[in-house]
Amino acid sequence: MGKLFAVVVAIIALVSAALFASHIWWLPVDISAHGHAIDRQLSETMVTSGALFVLSQLALAVFAWRYGDRRDGRQVKTFPGGATPMVVFATVLVGAEVLALTFVGSKVWAGIYQTAPDPNSLQIDVQAEQFAFYFRYPGADRTFGAVHPERIDEASGNFFGLDPANDSTARDDIVVPSLAIPVNRPILLTLRAKDVNHAFYVPELRIQQDFVPGLVIPLHFTATQTGKHEIVCTQLCGLGHYNMRAYVEVMSQEQFDQWLKERAAEQ
Amino acid sequence: MSQTQAHHHAPPKGFLRTHVFSLDHKVIGKQYLDLALVAVCTGMVLSWLMRLHLAWPETPIPGLEKLSPNGAAGGVITPEYYLSLMTMHGTIMVFFVLTTAPFAGFGNYFLPIQVGAEDMAFPRINMTSFWVTLVAFLVLVAAFFVGDGPPLSGWTAYAPLSAVGKDAGPGQGVGQTLWAVSITLFCVAQLLGALNFITTTLDLRTKGMSLARMPYSTWAWFITSVIGLIAFAVLMPACILLILDRVAGTSFFIPAGLVISDRLQPHAGGSPLLWQHLFWFFGHPEVYIAILPGFGIISHILPVFARKPLLGPRVMIACLVAIAFLSYTVWGHHMFLSGMNPFSATLFSVPTLVITIPATIVTLLWIGTIYGAKLRFTTPALFCLGFVSVFVSGGISGFFLAQPSIDTYLHGTYFVVGHFHFVMGVAAMFGIFAATYFWAPKMFGRMMSETLGKWHFWLTFIGVYCVFMPMHYLGLAGNVRRYSAFTDDYLKPMIPLHRFITIAALFTGAAQLIFLFNLIRSRFRGPKAPDNPWEATSLEWSTTSPPPFDNFGGRPPIVERGPNEYGGARGADYLMQAAAAAPASAR
Amino acid sequence: MQTHYGWIIGTVVLVASAVAAHGGPPASVGTVSGKVTYTGTPPKMKPIDMAKEPNCAKEHAAAPVLTENVVTGPGNSLRWVVVYISAGDQGSTPGTETVRLDQKACQYIPHVLVVQPNQPLDIYNDDPHSHNIHPLAKVNPEWNRSQPAGAPPIHTKWEVPEFIPVKCNVHPWMHGWHMVLNTSHYAVTGEDGSFSLSGLPPGKYTVTAWQEQFGTQTQDVTISGTESKTVDFVFKARPY
Repeated sequence: MGKLFAVVVAIIALVSAALFASHIWWLPVDISAHGHAIDRQLSETMVTSGALFVLSQLALAVFAWRYGDRRDGRQVKTFPGGATPMVVFATVLVGAEVLALTFVGSKVWAGIYQTAPDPNSLQIDVQAEQFAFYFRYPGADRTFGAVHPERIDEASGNFFGLDPANDSTARDDIVVPSLAIPVNRPILLTLRAKDVNHAFYVPELRIQQDFVPGLVIPLHFTATQTGKHEIVCTQLCGLGHYNMRAYVEVMSQEQFDQWLKERAAEQ
Repeated sequence: MSQTQAHHHAPPKGFLRTHVFSLDHKVIGKQYLDLALVAVCTGMVLSWLMRLHLAWPETPIPGLEKLSPNGAAGGVITPEYYLSLMTMHGTIMVFFVLTTAPFAGFGNYFLPIQVGAEDMAFPRINMTSFWVTLVAFLVLVAAFFVGDGPPLSGWTAYAPLSAVGKDAGPGQGVGQTLWAVSITLFCVAQLLGALNFITTTLDLRTKGMSLARMPYSTWAWFITSVIGLIAFAVLMPACILLILDRVAGTSFFIPAGLVISDRLQPHAGGSPLLWQHLFWFFGHPEVYIAILPGFGIISHILPVFARKPLLGPRVMIACLVAIAFLSYTVWGHHMFLSGMNPFSATLFSVPTLVITIPATIVTLLWIGTIYGAKLRFTTPALFCLGFVSVFVSGGISGFFLAQPSIDTYLHGTYFVVGHFHFVMGVAAMFGIFAATYFWAPKMFGRMMSETLGKWHFWLTFIGVYCVFMPMHYLGLAGNVRRYSAFTDDYLKPMIPLHRFITIAALFTGAAQLIFLFNLIRSRFRGPKAPDNPWEATSLEWSTTSPPPFDNFGGRPPIVERGPNEYGGARGADYLMQAAAAAPASAR
Repeated sequence: MQTHYGWIIGTVVLVASAVAAHGGPPASVGTVSGKVTYTGTPPKMKPIDMAKEPNCAKEHAAAPVLTENVVTGPGNSLRWVVVYISAGDQGSTPGTETVRLDQKACQYIPHVLVVQPNQPLDIYNDDPHSHNIHPLAKVNPEWNRSQPAGAPPIHTKWEVPEFIPVKCNVHPWMHGWHMVLNTSHYAVTGEDGSFSLSGLPPGKYTVTAWQEQFGTQTQDVTISGTESKTVDFVFKARPY
């Protein structure tokens, strides 16, 4: 029975690890300026914790194989050195790992979430609602119109609650359900929620951030490759959560200018 | 004559007093376990429905329309009904199974016996605690039968989705209110239970039972009740505030200017993040409430079947205390991306990573205990070994999620689902299974079938890996959790793997029928259990199977040593904690 | 005693209504017809980008759907205006025919739907994905329910007269109206803004025109004998 257990555990550990290593299911292509740091952090964690995983499971397997009760009257043995090696091993090795991950990881995290956005960022206002994202560009005047929740009217397409009758800065705001951004240009999104919590997640951009009602949350990044990807919601927001998506299209500056001009004409 | 005077209370008479409104901790413990059994079956069926829907979203499920004409018209599960199933699955499993069975159930039955007491310190409070838990469960399940069905905001019930009422979606009306009332009641019950556990452990230990001589399971229940006392004391007021937001027009968790379903909500001044902080201040310790009893149970059972003492008993206790303490410093790791100050992410990340140190030590102590052992591969022993394996698998993935930079990618994906199912779902369940096979002879006086037990173990062990390991792969590929269907272009390629998981889940679930059959059959037909079938040392094995009403037949045991005397440390294969007492058969 | 009177009155009413129903149309009925137009600048009909639901985006790739809150036509005509008898109604027949609402390519068809109290209403999802139907009723019971692809039609009805906005939360641009009217004398204007209410027995009527953004207007009209009267409505439009 011990041998069977050992074999099963070993197979499970090795197959699981092999499937991780195979990258059959793996992160999609990274198209962000900061993503490589996350990917590296992830890979390093994968290697170290993967080793820990395989070693622990194999230790369990080997001991289960070896130390079955064969009723041969042998005496039990204590682990050499008792608990001390365990404590030392865990404290030193795992402690070192913890320190390393924290130091490197904090830098990665801080680089994304704790730095000020580039002053030349292209600012885009994002509103999440049950169950769609809407994006707002400031238009020719480079100024966003003020938002008034009581004016929100989806039937007429006033998703942000603008007041174009009294607020001239709102008249040229461009509101669209798809995000277009120029490549290699710092982007600053301001995230606001109309109703409940939502999240902004683009796996390829290696970025994820909650929308919180009552808060306007800044999020900045730079996309380094052109292409079209899905923006999905990762914070449970109600019945249409699974279907809450939009597309982000990273395009050249010229294409972007053209796109913006066309959208402005539709408003 | 002095025997009867030693009793706090005489054995009750009549069916109601003996089996229903019993003050006996053993009956109450079994009632908790029966409730957990009903709850776990319910929760598992819900998960099957979810898995079936994820794999084949448009295939009608026969008969489901009868249960919910609106949620599954024509047998096709609607997106909101999927979320309701998910919410109820999570809530039932976390509260009414993972908290109830290993802590309230086995703890109630065995903590007093293991410390040599006749009963809990406050039997009436103990009974109240169970009945309030039962009412909480019924209130929660009632949500299935109200107008718009059960709530859909997940077991975490994030505000304002949970706070604004039915504008937020079907199920968010009466269903969500029932949820909040149920959890409030549950908190009351657990607070009463925790007080009882703490007092019993501290005050009712028999002669010679110093703290250091307490079995590890007792230690774990004791530490768990301290965690629970603090955690549920925070969740309860949070739920009351949520109820007030919902029914009394307050705005604790609702800010101004929300437009939900085209209506400007009449609230202002609240904070959605406040709910998250309050919830996770409870929610993370809750993970340890679910798993620490498992730690204790494994540490208690493993030496019995290894026939050698647990490696580093004092280190083990120290680690449990350290984990309990640290569990209160890590809640923010659920909120790295919640919009709280990103600086605090680092602060919460460090203790989260640090908690892996005592967790690693504990694991190594178990593995070290197996080293040089004379392992007897009984069913409870197999579940102990399985526990170590799945706990390692679930714990390791915590390394990823503890780091905010990686969480940036993995948060909100199936990686998290795989992680917490392994570490608090499967590991805790393996603890419960180990405990059941180990203690059933004591509780019911009959042995469970070893053959069926082993089949159950192997199918479950392989099954859970097939179910939960692939979820990590899905998460790495960016598969978002809590989706009722995968309609995104980048998610569609994941559906085959989801189908595999569904088949594995149905298979694993079917394997639990073996357990159910074994449990019920052995209760009536199993071979009679001797007093100490496993040759274990702790006090529950010094009394009869099952124990008499006052646990020790009026002669409280006198404890001479700790529970760790295995492997011929003093010449014998094992030494009972209360060896001086007359042999149980003589009573 | 009261119950006896109740029986008598009830019988009289039943007989009277039976006579009315079987007596054929009154000897002379009139018609009110006309056109609904606007003055000023209406809001622009904006193209709806359905990118989030690729199935629907594909359906409308050639000609995007425009917002339907104010739909204008040639000659300043207004579409989707409900014109009905709001006072003085007589000769109405109860609605018994089943009214059908389709969700097709992420649009409500029709955009504005008129039913009478307790008239059967069937809601179909013709799309290969899920919709939720959320009538924001205030007087009638509000409900909110998804209809996945492949689910059977929802059979429902409205009990009390009310103007009910209906929305799909999954596709926020999907907005429609269920107009529950206590009369069978109603019309919804077409692309040319015209309407016609026929079968009106002689009498004094109030005709109401309702447009979802511009509200209601009323005009009184007296029908005597078989005549056709023209009533036009002009709404004042603003761009925002």
